[in-house]
Amino acid sequence: MIAPLVLATQLVVWHSYRADEQRAFEACVQEWNRAHHDVHVEALALPHDGYASKLEAAIPRGNGPDLFVGSHDALGDWARAGVVTPIEGLVPAGSLTQFLDGTVAPLRVGGHLYGLPLAFKTIVLFYRTDLIATPPANTDELMKLARATRAASPGHYALAYEAGDFFYHAAWLHGFGGHILDAHDRPALSSEPSVAALAFVRTMADEELLPSESTSVVATQLFNDGRAAMTIKGPWFLGDIAQGVPFGVAPLPVVSSTGQRAAPLVTVEALLLAARAHDPKAALAFGAWLAGPESARIRATRGRQTVAARAAWDDPEIAADPILAAFRTQLSSTVATANVPAMNQVWEPANEALRKVLRGAAEPRAALGAAERKILEALRPPPPPVRAMPYAFALALAGVGAAIWTLRRGRARLAAVGGPGHGAPWAYLAPAATAMLVLVFVPFVVGAGMSLFWHDAGHWTFIGLRNFTDILSSRDAPITDPLSFYFTLAVTALWTVANVTLHVVIGVTLALLLRDPMLRLRGVYRVLLIVPWAVPNYITALIWKGMFHRQFGAVNGILVALHLTPVAWFSRFWTSFTANVVTNVWLGFPFMMVVTLGALSRIPKELEEAAALDGASRWQRLRYVILPLLRPALLPSVLLGAIWTFNMFNIVFFVSGGEPDGATDILVSQAYRWAFTRGHRYGYAAAYAVIIFIILGVQTMLTQRRTEEAT
Amino acid sequence: MKTLRIAAVHAILVLASAATLYPVLWVVKMALSPSQGFAMSPSPLPTKVTLQNFIDVVSTHDASGWLFGRQLFNSIVVAAAVTVVGVALACSAAYALSRFRFGGRTLTLRAFFLSQMFPGVVTSIPLYVLLDHLALLNRLAGLVLVYATTAIPFCVFMLKGYFDSLPRELEEAVLLDGGTRFDAFWRVALPLSRPALAVTALFCFLTAWNEFILAFTFMTDPRSWTLPVALQRYVGDYSTEWGHFAAGAILVSLPVMALFFALERHLVGGLTQGGVKG
Repeated sequence: MIAPLVLATQLVVWHSYRADEQRAFEACVQEWNRAHHDVHVEALALPHDGYASKLEAAIPRGNGPDLFVGSHDALGDWARAGVVTPIEGLVPAGSLTQFLDGTVAPLRVGGHLYGLPLAFKTIVLFYRTDLIATPPANTDELMKLARATRAASPGHYALAYEAGDFFYHAAWLHGFGGHILDAHDRPALSSEPSVAALAFVRTMADEELLPSESTSVVATQLFNDGRAAMTIKGPWFLGDIAQGVPFGVAPLPVVSSTGQRAAPLVTVEALLLAARAHDPKAALAFGAWLAGPESARIRATRGRQTVAARAAWDDPEIAADPILAAFRTQLSSTVATANVPAMNQVWEPANEALRKVLRGAAEPRAALGAAERKILEALRPPPPPVRAMPYAFALALAGVGAAIWTLRRGRARLAAVGGPGHGAPWAYLAPAATAMLVLVFVPFVVGAGMSLFWHDAGHWTFIGLRNFTDILSSRDAPITDPLSFYFTLAVTALWTVANVTLHVVIGVTLALLLRDPMLRLRGVYRVLLIVPWAVPNYITALIWKGMFHRQFGAVNGILVALHLTPVAWFSRFWTSFTANVVTNVWLGFPFMMVVTLGALSRIPKELEEAAALDGASRWQRLRYVILPLLRPALLPSVLLGAIWTFNMFNIVFFVSGGEPDGATDILVSQAYRWAFTRGHRYGYAAAYAVIIFIILGVQTMLTQRRTEEAT
Repeated sequence: MKTLRIAAVHAILVLASAATLYPVLWVVKMALSPSQGFAMSPSPLPTKVTLQNFIDVVSTHDASGWLFGRQLFNSIVVAAAVTVVGVALACSAAYALSRFRFGGRTLTLRAFFLSQMFPGVVTSIPLYVLLDHLALLNRLAGLVLVYATTAIPFCVFMLKGYFDSLPRELEEAVLLDGGTRFDAFWRVALPLSRPALAVTALFCFLTAWNEFILAFTFMTDPRSWTLPVALQRYVGDYSTEWGHFAAGAILVSLPVMALFFALERHLVGGLTQGGVKG
């Protein structure tokens, strides 16, 4: 049989679904490909971490997909940066009524529609039917139940949820009648209803009606153990409920004082049309089908997705599902996350205020006022553009000066060395030097150059040294605030000194103990002690974050076993900082140990023996013979170790995540936040990077000069 | 007195080893337990044991075949190529910096050292554009070059220090016998530097084997991913499949540990002389 030669249109669609949702999505794509031979679709599942930045890097340069699944809350940025393109004219206007109310509007930016809704994600109340027959209808009933539970059995809770996450808190905020942004997209966090909502949660925390560390993991575990009767979660929680736990799902309770139902944020997951899609018409034909009822039925039944297509909900199997039904009921009491730039700046200050109040470190009104000021400061208009000519001229002048200086010094040295074959070294050096020049120094210069620009959604404006003056004058926060440059610098310095000291002390001690050739099991110890070096450091970070967990972490488990009080590691600066340091010391001491072992093996035995003959004690030999000889051998490794520690992003970012309130952040993790979580301020992040570079460069130069003088 | 001292030494070493292994055992526990939750308890010993997580991770398939195998293959190819390229570039550069005195030598050393100080946060975007222009995006070759340049400076310091510590007389003898400089490098200096070369190779391998962020930014097709990127697929927006993640983490770490144990003896000898002085 000869297949007809059809040149099918090839479409690529990116998504980051996992597990059941991924399988359902891929089943839909297969279904489409079976029925449509003229348009072939390929689905690519990408990791969620880095998904957005990958889209933003790939699409504008034509390396992206034709379509992708994305959340509507990033759509504002994507539309302004030219990552997505409007779809009006490609879909019949009347077809939009097939989607549930409230799922289409969030996909509009500036009057244009950018995609078709696939599903909505919001949170509802999960309750254990073996512990409570009917969930509380309003907050008064909730409080009564919570107090009764606490009185009846300490350590048990009526409700456990991520109270310290503003995404969850927004449900109460809206229920009390508040808004995150006002009608002009200005922050409205310090309004009366918003203060009342925070005071409500604060009361629950004060009366210990909520677990002291309210993270997602705690809530899940307490719910599964039967120590929490209810939790607030999204559809993703279905996969986390332990086998055999009887549960029901209900909409969130009504706020008694206002009579309004608590209204959580809703995120619309949409199929978006990428800018530079090859065949927008074909893409949208597939898109309309994927968002439509046939595919929605597959996604709802196989992927347990809360789909946006109205017709799918009439399917008997879906209509009979009480869990999906609860989500649909909740949908009518939700607020779509705003997709305007201002919203990007809300999360961090709002979370900070929320956690401060829950810890009892601030009053609701004051904390919300401070958060609002921070948001407004972050939203300040960009600095005025500056003429680039004077800068270019100064740069050229400096470049010429540096070149002349280098050449003159170089010539003097060449003359001194002289001799034939002075071209030879470059033959050996050229491959490495070229590779470094192209792949390290060019990106470095470009990256450093970005520090002179203001970045907004893909557009760059030259602003001279303004980023530097803003950082160095601590424009974003008072100097004593954890977000200020000087505070972070002090923390970074402390972090580096603490780590390097401990690395050296532990590494040298263990190496000295392992030096004795007569020691039994020496090889075994050496191999065991080197293990941390072999584990990738993002895995190390995740493990240790778990170990320091307030309720279930092994560290507190050991403290309890020793009859000590467990510590909430990430809620205070010093404990949080300690957790970071412990992790990084675990990860870094083997390197120092191995370097020391090597250096020790090169100290001639005769020196020590001679000292022993002279009657020097063990301690004296160590103090006056071994350590002085070790110092110069270890110095280069210590210097390099200090530089790596100064920029050790993974540990700080994944273990403490900057908690509490960004106080344990170091300079690199601040730079990262400016680049990726605070509205893509790449220029500002680059300025941080340049400052880090200058600090390290000067510090290293001084250290080297001092040691050269000393030797 | 002496037995007491030895007992104390053993006590300290046992304690240190326990502190080192405890978190690792804990990952093993997560990987072996049937749930995908973040099971936490002070005991690092698993209660229920199943190999299902490992089976799931290893048997990952896509339409074109055995995806895990393909990604494992990529990881091996990339790490091996980085090791070869990195060691080759680093040892010739280190040799030049150790044996020749020439204009620009100090500058080159300084530049290599300075390259360690610039945080990667802001260079990933320019690097992406650059690879795009060089037509190296979505190619393992691009990844190999990027990783090799990341590893080069440290390797150069280490090897240069080691070359500095070797006696020059042997090489001079080769030159006097009519051999070229390259003979001296290839036949004398390199064979003598085996421990340092082993460490350099290990470091290059490690850099390539564990990296995730750049690999994901530069490679789009899952069939061209390395294992750490594939591992990251188990971490989601709202929840993480901890059992699968832990099993994957162990599978990723095992080859590195095996290499470490195999090269442990060289490690001590090779790392010592790393010097950054001009």
